[in-house]
Amino acid sequence: MSTLTNRRQFLATSAGLTVALTAPAIVRAQAAQVLNLYSSRHYDTDEALYANFTTGTGIRVNRIEAAPDALIERMRAEGANSPADVFVSVDAGRIERARELGLLAPVNSEVLASRVPASLRDPNGYWFGFSSRARVIMYNKDKVSPAELSTYEELANPKWKGRLLTRSSTAIYNQSLTGSILAANGEAATETWARGIVANMARPPRGGDTDQFRACAAGEGDLAIANTYYLGNAIRKPQPADAAVLEKIAVFFPNQGGRGTHINISGGGLCASSKNPHAAVRFLEYLVSEPAQRFLADGNDEYPVVAGVAPPATIARFGSFKPDQLNAGVFARNNALALQIMDRAGWK
Amino acid sequence: MLPNALPDQIAMSTSALPGPQLLRTGVVARLRRGLTPLTFTALAVALIVALPLLSLAASLTQTGTGSLQHLSRTVLPAAVLNTIGLILLVGSGTAFVGVITAWLVTAFRFPGSRHLEWLLLLPMAMPAYIIGYVYTDALAFVGPVQSALRAWFGWSKADYWFPDIHNLGGVSLMLTLVLYPYVYMLARSAFIEQSACTMDASRTLGGSMSESFWRIALPLARPAVAAGVALVLMEALADFGTVEYFGIHTFTTVIYRTWFGMGDRIAAAQLSIGLLCFVFVLAALERQARGSRRFARTSRRERILGARPLRGVTATAALAACALPVLLGFAVPAFLLVRLHLSGGDPLFGARFAQYATNSFMLAGMAAVIVVAAGALLAYALRVSASPLTRLAVRFATLGYAIPGTVVAVGILLPLGLFDNTLDRFMRGSFGISTGLLFSGTLVALMFAYLVRFLAIATGGIEAGYARIGMNVDYAARTLGSTQGALAGRIHAPMLRRSLLTAGLVVFVDVMKELPATLIVRPFNLDTLAIRAYQLASDERLAQSSTAALAIVVIGILPVLLLTSAMRQRH
Repeated sequence: MSTLTNRRQFLATSAGLTVALTAPAIVRAQAAQVLNLYSSRHYDTDEALYANFTTGTGIRVNRIEAAPDALIERMRAEGANSPADVFVSVDAGRIERARELGLLAPVNSEVLASRVPASLRDPNGYWFGFSSRARVIMYNKDKVSPAELSTYEELANPKWKGRLLTRSSTAIYNQSLTGSILAANGEAATETWARGIVANMARPPRGGDTDQFRACAAGEGDLAIANTYYLGNAIRKPQPADAAVLEKIAVFFPNQGGRGTHINISGGGLCASSKNPHAAVRFLEYLVSEPAQRFLADGNDEYPVVAGVAPPATIARFGSFKPDQLNAGVFARNNALALQIMDRAGWK
Repeated sequence: MLPNALPDQIAMSTSALPGPQLLRTGVVARLRRGLTPLTFTALAVALIVALPLLSLAASLTQTGTGSLQHLSRTVLPAAVLNTIGLILLVGSGTAFVGVITAWLVTAFRFPGSRHLEWLLLLPMAMPAYIIGYVYTDALAFVGPVQSALRAWFGWSKADYWFPDIHNLGGVSLMLTLVLYPYVYMLARSAFIEQSACTMDASRTLGGSMSESFWRIALPLARPAVAAGVALVLMEALADFGTVEYFGIHTFTTVIYRTWFGMGDRIAAAQLSIGLLCFVFVLAALERQARGSRRFARTSRRERILGARPLRGVTATAALAACALPVLLGFAVPAFLLVRLHLSGGDPLFGARFAQYATNSFMLAGMAAVIVVAAGALLAYALRVSASPLTRLAVRFATLGYAIPGTVVAVGILLPLGLFDNTLDRFMRGSFGISTGLLFSGTLVALMFAYLVRFLAIATGGIEAGYARIGMNVDYAARTLGSTQGALAGRIHAPMLRRSLLTAGLVVFVDVMKELPATLIVRPFNLDTLAIRAYQLASDERLAQSSTAALAIVVIGILPVLLLTSAMRQRH
């Protein structure tokens, strides 16, 4: 009886050990020419984007796609042995944090420096923006005339009381916007502004950007703060709830008379741990090529960063605008203070 | 009226150790003697599983960037109140729904009762954040319900009142609807396994059905109900997706905000430890309240509790009470998901999708086996060893369920990375060989993550099963010369069959739904249904994400059906 049990235990233990010891080896068996990508982009067109790179270079792309903060923690834990070659984030704040934590290495590339505008890349080559999105005012055409709109600052004006829709301060896009206002106006004015925004809210913050302009179209509020690509997505693939959106919502680019409209980037950089920096730089340079720019922009209805590449029709219809030239790294570094200001202002 | 002293057979006395004193001193001493190889293994497993928590605890010695002061002046007080409210509402809600429905389908027979037995489990397959999304989408100002009302009556915003679910009550309702099956399942097992003799005795002595419920069935089922509610509360505390979407600040959202918004990892870890202490105290209080009472059955020959037929109004009321949670927790959200899917589902539906489903299924299956094996080991160790060290280690190791998934996932990355890099340095220094990252980013790491996250489910469920097996069984077996291994394998395992199966299936369903750890710890190019649903939902493409969400629900139903047949085996 006990021999049988022992034999079973032995079998179970050895089976467990075999699995434990061979699994990593199996998972790790990789071809020679491979690029390991840690990315927080996850759009269906990205597949075509990577396939095109593989066709052109013979380098296969391995991916882990997760929230940028999670990827940063993973790279930190993996340390110098991390397999990551390239890190891609959908927000300037996160990629700047990766740089601050020493997870990125500088790239000296003529191609990248010449094709990516200076405000959309790190001055020392630690990261580069590949596509951008504007955080704009969307308004209900039945309720608001564009002549009444001017700047982000004006959204705190009491005339908008009970009419403004925006999401939670947890959303990185609101943190980045507030970070840009902090850079332009200073801490005290930003806190006053945030209090004004909170006082004007049509309802407590909830849901995502799409929920804001949908509610705006339905008349729950008159103005919404949202990123352009969410409206582009709704135009590209309208849901039943979007019928009113297409009919009633228009885009206003604020601060055109001054510093310009706040834009954020989806960007990437070379990982400090990369064992394959040559392939990584090739990949980064590929991302600013014309076909890649088109994939990147179409995938999520964003603005290409390279001059001469046209934005997708879904967002081109909003018209052209003057973007805020503030370097993405600046508002990114302002994130933590921006969040504290929003907390103090009661922006949920 | 029931007499104060119930027959001995009910076995709820404070000391349920029968048999001669001689037997007790001899065998108990042997059973409880120090560290055997088995308890040593259990201790080792518990410590390994506790590593991520220990890596969080290391933060207590450091100071963050001062976010804690800022938080305590701004969002933290409201978050703490919300968290307490959430615990009270979800805890009482799930206990109420779970126990009532379990009692109704076990003790009574009414139209549909046999089907409701398994239907009541279905909401378990619905991820909490998904049910939150579909309900807010349907009930929003722009959703189909309010839009239809406005169209019919020509109302605008100020003309009518509509219940708002974006509050603590709303989010608690969502969590209650998908979490009550944990309580239902364990309570029902407990009710089924209660000896019919016990109830007969109570009834013979003149107790009414409701008296029997309050004075016999419920107290006997208490360890099971407590285990179920504990799992529910840990799940509710760990929830981020749902509360965040509803715009409710809880302890967990504050942890996220501190870590990712303010970049203060240390303060976030300290807050996580605070959350854990809270859970530890809560669990200890319950155990304290239960005291030293034991709740074992004394005989295996009993009949199953006979179900009494209900008629007329009472039958309708029972049917309504059991059907409501199924409708709200499963049928309505499933209908809404199908509707969303039809309005524009996942563009990758097809071969790629089958791959996601296969990955989800494989991961969930592997995890179920591993987690239940570890859970059984720990539950067994708790039973045979009274060593306070073992107890403390097991309690600590099973806290992982209450920590927000992302935090626990990061807690897993740290020790793994540390181990891999230390080994690599050692191997390079000693032998000139680089082992690189041996475990980080592999399936082993992912299974470890699931173990940390879900061990509480397995251990809790199996412990509840053990609570119903009297220690006299162990004493008899050991007296007759059985080894520890034989006791577990040949005596306990068959008696625990249902608890083991239940634990395995719950882990399976939970891994199917699990997101944050899978997302962060997984190997390259491994996508699952939960990841697919999350990616689309996080881009606010709710309709597209509905397809993967539906697939999670459909695959989640399979084990629920298996579970049902397992629960029925004894009928």
